[in-house]
Amino acid sequence: MNKIGMKKKTQIKRVISIILAVMVLGFTAAMFIMPIVLTVTNSFMTKSEITANYGKIFSESGSSAVSSYIADKVNLKIIPDKVSFGQYITVLLKSPQYLLKFWNSVIYVVPIVIFQIVIALGASYSFARYKGRFRNTMFFIYIALMLMPYQVTLVPNYLVADWMDILNTRWSIILPGIFSPFAVFILTKTMQRIPSSIVEAAKIDGANEWKIFRKVFVPMSKNAIYSVAILLFMDYWNMVEQPLIMLQNNEDMHPLSVYLSKINAGEIGLAFAVAAIYMVLPLLLFLYSEDRVLEGVASSSAIKG
Amino acid sequence: MKKNIFTSENKKSSLIKKRKKTISFEKRDKSSTMPFMIPSIAGFMLFFLIPFFIVLYYSFIDNPINQEFVAFDNYISLLRNHAFMLSLKNTLIFSLIAVPLAVIIPLILALFLESNIPGKSIFRTALISPLVVPVASVILIWQVVFHYNGVINVFLDSIGIEAVDWFKSDFSRLVVVLLFLWKNTGYNMILFMAALANIPVDVKEAALIDGAGPVSRFFKIKLNFMSSSIFFVTILSLINSFKVFREVYLLTGDYPYEGLYMLQHYINNTFRSLDYQKLSAAAVIICIIITAIIALLFVIDNKIGSSVDE
Repeated sequence: MNKIGMKKKTQIKRVISIILAVMVLGFTAAMFIMPIVLTVTNSFMTKSEITANYGKIFSESGSSAVSSYIADKVNLKIIPDKVSFGQYITVLLKSPQYLLKFWNSVIYVVPIVIFQIVIALGASYSFARYKGRFRNTMFFIYIALMLMPYQVTLVPNYLVADWMDILNTRWSIILPGIFSPFAVFILTKTMQRIPSSIVEAAKIDGANEWKIFRKVFVPMSKNAIYSVAILLFMDYWNMVEQPLIMLQNNEDMHPLSVYLSKINAGEIGLAFAVAAIYMVLPLLLFLYSEDRVLEGVASSSAIKG
Repeated sequence: MKKNIFTSENKKSSLIKKRKKTISFEKRDKSSTMPFMIPSIAGFMLFFLIPFFIVLYYSFIDNPINQEFVAFDNYISLLRNHAFMLSLKNTLIFSLIAVPLAVIIPLILALFLESNIPGKSIFRTALISPLVVPVASVILIWQVVFHYNGVINVFLDSIGIEAVDWFKSDFSRLVVVLLFLWKNTGYNMILFMAALANIPVDVKEAALIDGAGPVSRFFKIKLNFMSSSIFFVTILSLINSFKVFREVYLLTGDYPYEGLYMLQHYINNTFRSLDYQKLSAAAVIICIIITAIIALLFVIDNKIGSSVDE
């Protein structure tokens, strides 16, 4: 009798804790995706609806919206009154400057992701295979620099870019990006976990270093490579600091991540569409390969080991 | 590798011959993997390491043309510079507020996600998604919500509370902290989830059988196993809090409200005047501060780690 009572009590407790967890998680999760959802849904509003809803905020200086209706209170709506692709059509067909900035982002991110990984693979192989004083020190310096914020690394980067005469060109963003240590760190940690017995076996089969690297280490790090690629992509897609300093006098080359904040008040409807376009790519990539993102993030905590 | 050599040393002499052979093998291999490193090390030296020493050098000279040694003059004038000290103070205040929250909130969320609840993976995906969305994309919504004529003030007005200027008062720190947490919670939560998943099942079961409640289970068992990941998340959040310039810049531009003037603002504005000495000294000071904080955290972590082992 007593036992059954206890069981009931723990069951009730469990139900309550589940309800609590669902409420906390549900609320936080809703708040977290709200900005994303709102940006997407607002991008489907017509220009006049955007002006009516947000005119109070964004049209302080703009006289362009004089003739149209502006609600006297800001009106943040999830569902558009009328779904329209007008903003997208304008962005994609009529205003090339947004597409150019989007293209800038692609030009920076793609080579950085590819070459940072390619170069890091070699270094990681070497770091993972053997340890010695030189390698240990080097690896430590890599990690130390990886931890430094942009306030520290951008000044050296700038000096070199100035010396190489590549300031205000795309190279001033791409080259330091390629040699950033993040990929080396993760890939070394991954490759260190490859058992040495596999290497011995490959050696007995007569494989040289290049072959062991290409046929054993690279294929065995495939998952990590993919994770690192996604994390790097998302990081550089979001870059702001580097272009502000390296491309001070060349705003035409700024990526969309910087340009988005400069869209003027009169084009606020377009800004929603541009913002939505800009986040679709990383968001889809994430939804498609969430597990890889989780793995990549989790492996970045190997800093102590 | 070290271990192997060590154990073989204690074994019979017949093995010594073999050992010698493997070492010579290794030496050859060691140098033959060098070429794999060269591109990375060369680029790293060129773009980061060597210029960093030049920065160090610049911080001790009067200007790049004269190159006269001035000892700590640049540092002293920097520490007397109002804008620099303001940006340093603001950055540290922000870190002090944001870092504890960026550790505790994800930890709580990860603990909730560990329990068996319906729709777990949906919650997880939703909580992580800000990690992948560029901040620039959601800035508009942030402005609509926190603008003086924005959603929150309209709401406050309707319940009779006076409107707050969210971008141009001390409340602006709160707005930036919220944006920072929005962006960083997912990453830290993943790290905690991984740590929770690594706690051995038998330990958890033993605690359950002992009748430990969820709270004592957390403090007595999980916290011990997670101390190193809490440590790592703290370091990471600290570093990320130094990068919060990005959010501030996108929200409010080059010259924000005084309380939001961050170190990177100072650096950016000094770049415009190309004052290399000031820039260099600033970079070195920030580097020292970060290194000191991380070293301190390592010391604390070692202390906690050793007390757990006892």
